[in-house]
Amino acid sequence: MPVRFEVNGKPVEVEVEPRLTLADCLRHHLRLTGTHVGCEHGVCGACTVLVDGAAVRSCLFLAVQAEGAKVVTVEGLSLEEGLTPLQASFRRHHALQCGFCTPGMITTAHALLSEEPDCDADRVREVLSGNICRCTGYISIVEAVLDARAAYKRDGKGA
Amino acid sequence: MRTVNSFVGQPIERLEDLRLVRGRGQYVDDLARKNMLYAVILRSSTGHGRIRSIDIAAAKGLLGVRAVITAADLGERTPVVPMRLQPLPDFEPFAQPVMARDKVRYVGEALAMVIADTAGIAEDAIGLIDADIEPLPAVSTWQFAAKNEALLFEDTGSNTSMVFRAVLGDAAAAFKDAPYTRRECFSTQRHTALPMEPRGVLAEWNDAQGKLTVWGAAKVLFANRRILAKAMGLTEAAIDMVENDVGGGFGARGEFYPEDFLIPFAARYVGRPVKWTEDRREHLMTINHARESAVDVEIACRRDGTILGLRGHAFVDMGAYMRTNGAVGARNIAQFMSGAYRIPNIDIDVTLLQTNKTPVGTYRGPGRFETDFYRERLFDMVARDLGIDQIEFRRRNLVREADMPYKVATITPFESKDELDSGDYSVTLDRCLAEFGWAEKAKLKGKLVDGRYHGLAVSCFIEGGAAGPKESARLVLETDGSLSVYMGSSGVGQGLETAFAQIAADAMEMPMDRINQVLHGSTAYVSDGYGAYHSRSIVMGGSAVLDAAKKLRDIMRAEAARRLNCGAGEVVLADERASAPGGKSVSWAELAPEPISIEGAFHNHKHTWAYGAHAAHVTVDPKTGQVALLDYVAVENCGRMINPLTLKGQLVGAVVQGLGGAFLEHLVYDDSGQLLTGSLADYLVPTASDFPKIRGFVMESHPSPINPLGAKGAGEGGIISVGGVISNAIADALSSLGAEPRDLPLSPPRVWQLVQDARK
Repeated sequence: MPVRFEVNGKPVEVEVEPRLTLADCLRHHLRLTGTHVGCEHGVCGACTVLVDGAAVRSCLFLAVQAEGAKVVTVEGLSLEEGLTPLQASFRRHHALQCGFCTPGMITTAHALLSEEPDCDADRVREVLSGNICRCTGYISIVEAVLDARAAYKRDGKGA
Repeated sequence: MRTVNSFVGQPIERLEDLRLVRGRGQYVDDLARKNMLYAVILRSSTGHGRIRSIDIAAAKGLLGVRAVITAADLGERTPVVPMRLQPLPDFEPFAQPVMARDKVRYVGEALAMVIADTAGIAEDAIGLIDADIEPLPAVSTWQFAAKNEALLFEDTGSNTSMVFRAVLGDAAAAFKDAPYTRRECFSTQRHTALPMEPRGVLAEWNDAQGKLTVWGAAKVLFANRRILAKAMGLTEAAIDMVENDVGGGFGARGEFYPEDFLIPFAARYVGRPVKWTEDRREHLMTINHARESAVDVEIACRRDGTILGLRGHAFVDMGAYMRTNGAVGARNIAQFMSGAYRIPNIDIDVTLLQTNKTPVGTYRGPGRFETDFYRERLFDMVARDLGIDQIEFRRRNLVREADMPYKVATITPFESKDELDSGDYSVTLDRCLAEFGWAEKAKLKGKLVDGRYHGLAVSCFIEGGAAGPKESARLVLETDGSLSVYMGSSGVGQGLETAFAQIAADAMEMPMDRINQVLHGSTAYVSDGYGAYHSRSIVMGGSAVLDAAKKLRDIMRAEAARRLNCGAGEVVLADERASAPGGKSVSWAELAPEPISIEGAFHNHKHTWAYGAHAAHVTVDPKTGQVALLDYVAVENCGRMINPLTLKGQLVGAVVQGLGGAFLEHLVYDDSGQLLTGSLADYLVPTASDFPKIRGFVMESHPSPINPLGAKGAGEGGIISVGGVISNAIADALSSLGAEPRDLPLSPPRVWQLVQDARK
């Protein structure tokens, strides 16, 4: 069946099976492979995307549910050249190693900082506890998110 | 101005991050080929059974299914996964066939494979296959395996595949007149590396050229190519293995698994590209497991705490088959039970037992995490018995700088000898205690404050690195004077590109931004490569870069000498120009009208030994068994640091992985060999809110004498001490009750039970 929604600001129309997840639709139909699939049961958070501004597990969300929604992926939170303040902070703090969980961390952190640019370390830990990272031990990720708050306080968009 | 040695040792931000942080990484499942089909594998849900029949008719009839493959399609003899390390003849009967033929021996073993137009159709078809399996009594524990009442391999007559023995000095004599001995039993639980990226393979067969390309390879590409070539009846030159971005390895990912044959086979069988990506449940029951072992050990000491000897028996649950590196953990338990300490007399045997569970392989700090838990736990018990401070007991027995190189126990039957290379182990212990603030925190030891007992512990570790025999690197001076670096090493997410760029820029005396890229992970890049394991990449690959750089600079000097009419020895290579004594010069770009390519290598048969110490401060709630980690400090000295930023990242990340093993992670099986923890909702790993205070400190001194960089392999040291130091801190907290943890993981119910038992 056809489904129409907006991805990273562009309207798309995709013919999908009703059982197709949004994650698979983004990755394999729209070839936006920055969204990663780590567990397919909503635990690891690697597939997190923004649907109408909210952080959503795209492996637990059917593509057909996205009808009419505004979907933003890690690609949509990236610049053509260079890094956003949040991404630069991840790099500066060495908040990624293998990089597989990173897109989910970026989308989750972006959603948090957009809503709560004054959040403290405990709040960051609470929100990120739904995203599994096996490399870093999280210390540097929390530092990176805290350090990126200033950019979200300035204009509310982290730009 | 000459730029000499300015990048190595600097905390340089990673080159990899520029793509990874933007979602531009290319992991194997991100790839797609024209006309690509999808593979899904039917896995045994029976732990131990005889295959009566596999009916694939209905699956074959499903629209969109292109092939259904069972062992019968793989030829007269089903290929097996050979051992890459310790390939002893005794292990051969226990090798894993790439697909079950007569028997299944663990839940998750491949029974059949469907190739279809979409992954969804292939999964639908899997549901239509009827596998009739006669259940056999399952060997679900190593203790039951030892009785040989049910056999995995009837022909062998035993479930024991091997007994290793580690010997140093004369343990029997040391124990005979020892003034003090203590004997204890400990165990560590089965858990696994759990890289976040599931495994995947994409293979394409080019019939016209007789050429196979395999994407998704990792860790040991060249070794896997050798195995695959033999199994497929191809020459190695006919196969290209390609590594993509790899979402974590930790020892488990990248070994040769059955799928590394099955998917290339399928691609040739159907004549179209085939991709397979496992799901997480499949991952948990098929990737190498690790760590399940137990010991019965005895220590002998003088009254002053000097250790005289260590002896005993270890038992390792190997799972159903001996895979590529399955014996490494068992070997390490025996050979490195002495760790960073002088133990002159050792006699430890380790029995490898096959059970109806997923086969095991290495996981970061293989055998070392386990054996450090056993030893450090034992040490704190002994120190308490002898009335010696736990720090003083360790300090008294550490291997001293003057003892280097220090020989450790020799392993038989394959005569594995080893020696510690260099270092002053007391320096990292002191640094750890200072950073931790031991003197101040010690006031809380064993105290009950607001309903929680406080406990402290410290332990020392060594980390082996730099496995030989060789690594290769190729440097190319491009026509614009820039440099490309090609490596035989493999990236598994640890930041190799940045580290090698730092080393190459220093060796070539050029700016880092004039290095185009560091390419690794293709069998096409260098003639021969050995990959990423045993903390070897920096030492082996980095030293190969130095060799290639020296050769390339020699060629550049000779070429410049020809053009500038001077002696090659007179040419100065600096600021990207080659200059003659008179002042005439040419640019590096002018030296390379065609790219100049040169391969370097480093050969080595010795190991490096990084070392350090960990300390932990916990509180234990005796009412709930809940343990809170208030502070954790890890210090590691790796001889010479390449990039302190990534080194510290490895250290801290490994500590948290180890905390998973100490507190949470457990692959649980029932009596029938059924895996009960097949999802991330059941198999718990640390999350961001679990352990907020971990502090890592990296140091350099005592460069390794066995390689030109002076570096020692690091990256595993963060995990090695964790089980030992956490269990000792819990024991310290509960010392007034006399509770002694002897088994991991220390989950709240286990700790609660310890408190209850101690109060009886």
